[in-house]
Amino acid sequence: MKAVHKRTPVLKDCPTHYCPGCGHGIAHRILAEVIDELGIQGRTIGIAPVGCAVLAYNYLDVDMIEVAHGRAPAVATGMKRTNPDSIVFSYQGDGDLAAIGTAEILHAAHRAEPLTVIFINNAVFGMTGGQMAPTTTLGQVTATTPAGRQARGEGYPLQVSEILALLPGTVYVERCALSGTVSIKRAKAAIKHAFELQMDGAPGLSLVEVLSPCPTYWRMSPGDAMKWIKEEMSQVFPIARLKG
Amino acid sequence: MAGKISIDTERCKGCGLCVMICPKKCILTAPDSNQNGYFPAQATNAGCTGCAQCAIVCPEGIIEVCWDDAERIRIVEIAGKPDAPRLIEEKA
Ligand code: SF4
Ligand code: SF4
Ligand code: SF4
Repeated sequence: MKAVHKRTPVLKDCPTHYCPGCGHGIAHRILAEVIDELGIQGRTIGIAPVGCAVLAYNYLDVDMIEVAHGRAPAVATGMKRTNPDSIVFSYQGDGDLAAIGTAEILHAAHRAEPLTVIFINNAVFGMTGGQMAPTTTLGQVTATTPAGRQARGEGYPLQVSEILALLPGTVYVERCALSGTVSIKRAKAAIKHAFELQMDGAPGLSLVEVLSPCPTYWRMSPGDAMKWIKEEMSQVFPIARLKG
Repeated sequence: MAGKISIDTERCKGCGLCVMICPKKCILTAPDSNQNGYFPAQATNAGCTGCAQCAIVCPEGIIEVCWDDAERIRIVEIAGKPDAPRLIEEKA
């Protein structure tokens, strides 16, 4: 018997703090596999967010820093400019990237910083208790929208990827999902492409948005959470290669 | 038997994604909990094809998939999906 699928070296051999069925674990694994497949472990620098993935540096065996909420693209900019040979990525949730860090991601993209951004969208603030995020879908029940999000008063889900795709400073924007084996493989291929662009010196920012299950604050089983991405969430956030 | 998986059950969180995804229904939920109080997934390996779908969805990265070498070539041909064989061949 020959092992055909086993833990990749960049993914540290330790348990995670994530809830059962959380998409962060899957996203970490495919990200680690990509770094190993590209052979860039020694020159990759990751920026961890604030949010459930705040401890990402405990799981990924590359150089990582933890920065203030939403500021990852700003710190990544400095990192890349002072270490142009390094491969710099930020890993950010929707609370981090689409709420408090909207200015940072928008301006990093508009400055055409050659960074790779992994944007995990699970439509809630997970770490703080499942409050509404800008990405929460209409009608979605969260801790702060007990009757479901209403457009009037609470606004519409924010489509950050579509906005960023319009900017000349982005070279690649794709939205993927972690809703089954096929979509997980697609997400991995997209992340790989985003890293390859940076390795090839592409003149701009590449971003992969990943619709990721949060079974705890969606109040669903992990299986139902994947179904919800497929049937509901991807209606609001269409799975598409938006640019590049 | 073409495939065989092993699960690090002490680290399993019992999320059930592998149980749900396995096309051969050869992963069950154990009747006894592990040290952390989760009811872990349990591999029966009965009819396992080594498709690795369980390992691809597992958020904990604790499923290892093995293949019989002789059977391997057959699976690569049948799978026919551009990504699947590549991933598997590189990891072999
Ligand atoms: S709260 Fe949601 S996003 Fe955070 S670890 Fe739990 S399942 Fe994952
Ligand atoms: S490798 Fe495929 S058939 Fe075997 S246990 Fe995993 S999902 Fe089931
Ligand atoms: S997918 Fe992984 S963590 Fe979830 S039940 Fe299966 S082995 Fe356990």
